Amino acid sequence: MELTANKFKANASKALVDAQLQKALGNVEKGFIGKRQKAADALPEFDALRDNARDIKNHTLAHLDLYLEEYERKVTAAGGHVHWAETAEDARRIVLDICKKANARTVTKGKSMITEEIALNDHLSANGIEPVETDLGEYIIQLRGEHPSHIIAPAVHLNKEQVEGDFRRVHTHLAKDRDLTEPVSLLSEAREVLRQRYFAADVGITGANFLIAETGSSVIVTNEGNGDLTQTLGKVHVVVASIEKIVPTLEDTSQILRVLARSATGQDMSVYTTFSTGPKREEDPDGPDEYHVVLLDNGRSAMLGTEYQDMLRCIRCGACMNHCPVYHAVGGHAYGSVYPGPMGAVLTPSLNGIDETGQLPNASTFCGRCEAVCPMRIPLPKMMRHWREREFERNLTPAVARYGLKAWAFFAKRPKLYRFAASLGMPLLSLFGGTSRRFHALPFAGGWTRYRDLPAPEGRTFQQAWAQREALKQEAGH
Amino acid sequence: MTSSETKSARQPRVGLFATCLVDLFRPSVGFASVKLLQDAGCEVHVPVAQTCCGQPAYNTGDRADTREIAEQVIEAFEEFDFVVAPSGSCASMLKKHYPGLFEGDPAWEERSRTFSAKCHELISFLTDVMMVRDTGAQLKARITYHDSCSGLRELNISEQPRKLLGNVSGLEVQEMTDSHVCCGFGGTFCVKYSDISNAIVTKKVGNIDASGADMLLAGDLGCLMNMAGKLKRQGSDVEVRHVAEVLAGMTSQPPIAGSGK
Repeated sequence: MELTANKFKANASKALVDAQLQKALGNVEKGFIGKRQKAADALPEFDALRDNARDIKNHTLAHLDLYLEEYERKVTAAGGHVHWAETAEDARRIVLDICKKANARTVTKGKSMITEEIALNDHLSANGIEPVETDLGEYIIQLRGEHPSHIIAPAVHLNKEQVEGDFRRVHTHLAKDRDLTEPVSLLSEAREVLRQRYFAADVGITGANFLIAETGSSVIVTNEGNGDLTQTLGKVHVVVASIEKIVPTLEDTSQILRVLARSATGQDMSVYTTFSTGPKREEDPDGPDEYHVVLLDNGRSAMLGTEYQDMLRCIRCGACMNHCPVYHAVGGHAYGSVYPGPMGAVLTPSLNGIDETGQLPNASTFCGRCEAVCPMRIPLPKMMRHWREREFERNLTPAVARYGLKAWAFFAKRPKLYRFAASLGMPLLSLFGGTSRRFHALPFAGGWTRYRDLPAPEGRTFQQAWAQREALKQEAGH
Repeated sequence: MTSSETKSARQPRVGLFATCLVDLFRPSVGFASVKLLQDAGCEVHVPVAQTCCGQPAYNTGDRADTREIAEQVIEAFEEFDFVVAPSGSCASMLKKHYPGLFEGDPAWEERSRTFSAKCHELISFLTDVMMVRDTGAQLKARITYHDSCSGLRELNISEQPRKLLGNVSGLEVQEMTDSHVCCGFGGTFCVKYSDISNAIVTKKVGNIDASGADMLLAGDLGCLMNMAGKLKRQGSDVEVRHVAEVLAGMTSQPPIAGSGK
């Protein structure tokens, strides 16, 4: 997708007046938050599990090279192939080559953010191979030519009436009187159409929630079972995953699984948790003839050893955006990047550079709710602040903010001057506040007064009033 | 100063970090803080060399200015037993964020950590350190309390103000929906992203109105000014005050952004 992160403000303003979107966003706030809370409350050891999950990933990242090599050995031993892709372009080329060798005309896809990151669908289409998204949400947005607005609920920005319209537009076989008013009828319609696509597809492409070094397995979690059909019915299964998906052992995987679904949808476990290790063996009833893993770096190894390393613990549960007041207000598309919300505000600058994405880490109130619910305890606000520091160092911070800040800091660092200026300014401002004790509009405060009144100051500053009170006390004492 | 024979040999010496917004906009909160601290048995000082905790610079990514301001604050306040601020956000800056500014600097690292360990937000200092249970205040009002984000999530302030408010005679506490959700202030966020800030505070004000309370309290003046400004813009009658004003029994000043009755 085209990166429009630096048009965030304009995107957001549009989103705020989009009635359909605003209606759909209400579901994020209503649904996800309560479900996660319930799941967390039901498990006394939930917070301890979060600590464990964090520690497992920290350990893995500290020895990432060793675990990646071990993983490659195990995949190879199971008859699979590992392909190392340094860039998105490398990954696209590798996947296309595999599809071409399989003479693929269509490929089915399980839900995968990483293939969004490398814009795989466009690349396949441009080369005459039709990608078919099989996750219901992904299928819907593919019909609409859109990108996911949420990392686990890609079509959360839509209402069911919009989906019905899309199905009627594209599924031309539909009888006019076919009832599609309920989500379940939409689901069965999508199922019918997709069922045929699974059998026709030559290659199935999935992402991975985990790659297990101990066994060489890739793991996907889904609720629709579409991932299983995608990866078992095609002749070739291609897993596209980024390098930080590695975990050392099966035991580690099950530890992190215990916090993943609870944080994401409030389920104890997702409906399907599927482990794949290599291609079909002789004794297996089904499975692909070929099994490939494309391991993507795309800027991640450069995050190791930096103040952004903690971001590599992310397991893409979406809890941060589900709890973000900014995401609630504007939705995922406003971020103009593959990864929206707080995790995107940290990850996107790492992947795309801060020059093109500076708006994202700034668009946060630092309310800290994202960090409070992150199952991997990623300090998201702290890392957003680090991005602001990188911006400030390089004079990328907008000039008005920079000069304003410098002027303020000049006074803040000179208490005497500050006291003097405040003792003149505030009583004057207070006077202008009149009897209403507030301002409806004020020069240089348009950002504030556009939407709210500015309370008038009481009069003398606290320092002034305190000094006077102390002086009077002294006098009385003598 | 009140007599303190019954207290321990020496009163704790508290440096009041008034915060820039209280200093400039609402000195009443400063005086209420002094009263609460003195009533709790503290000897209160207000160092003149204080301006701001440095958050505007810190959250804009300007570490150099932040550090200079932090040094200034530490120098002005480190002589006290405790440093107390009537704001969760500023107190958290002093307590949780200052040490990070000096990491790897042998001259300041330890010094900043010692300083930060002495810093507290006002209400939690009263309840958790000075063991205050009842401030003796009275007010006939139906209040609702907003949990400001930094205090809530960085300093775990949630029960403390509610406990003290529960002992204010005549006061009825009416919890609003989502009292722990951000009001959209976010420091410079509210002017940099005014459209989004407005959407967030509009939701908040809706919850305040729906609570049926006639007074809104919180522990941070930034959030209070934001919510008061929005309430007034919408023509609401809800009075807005800092929680310290009510706990100190000092509500003779007109409410924030209001002309009083």
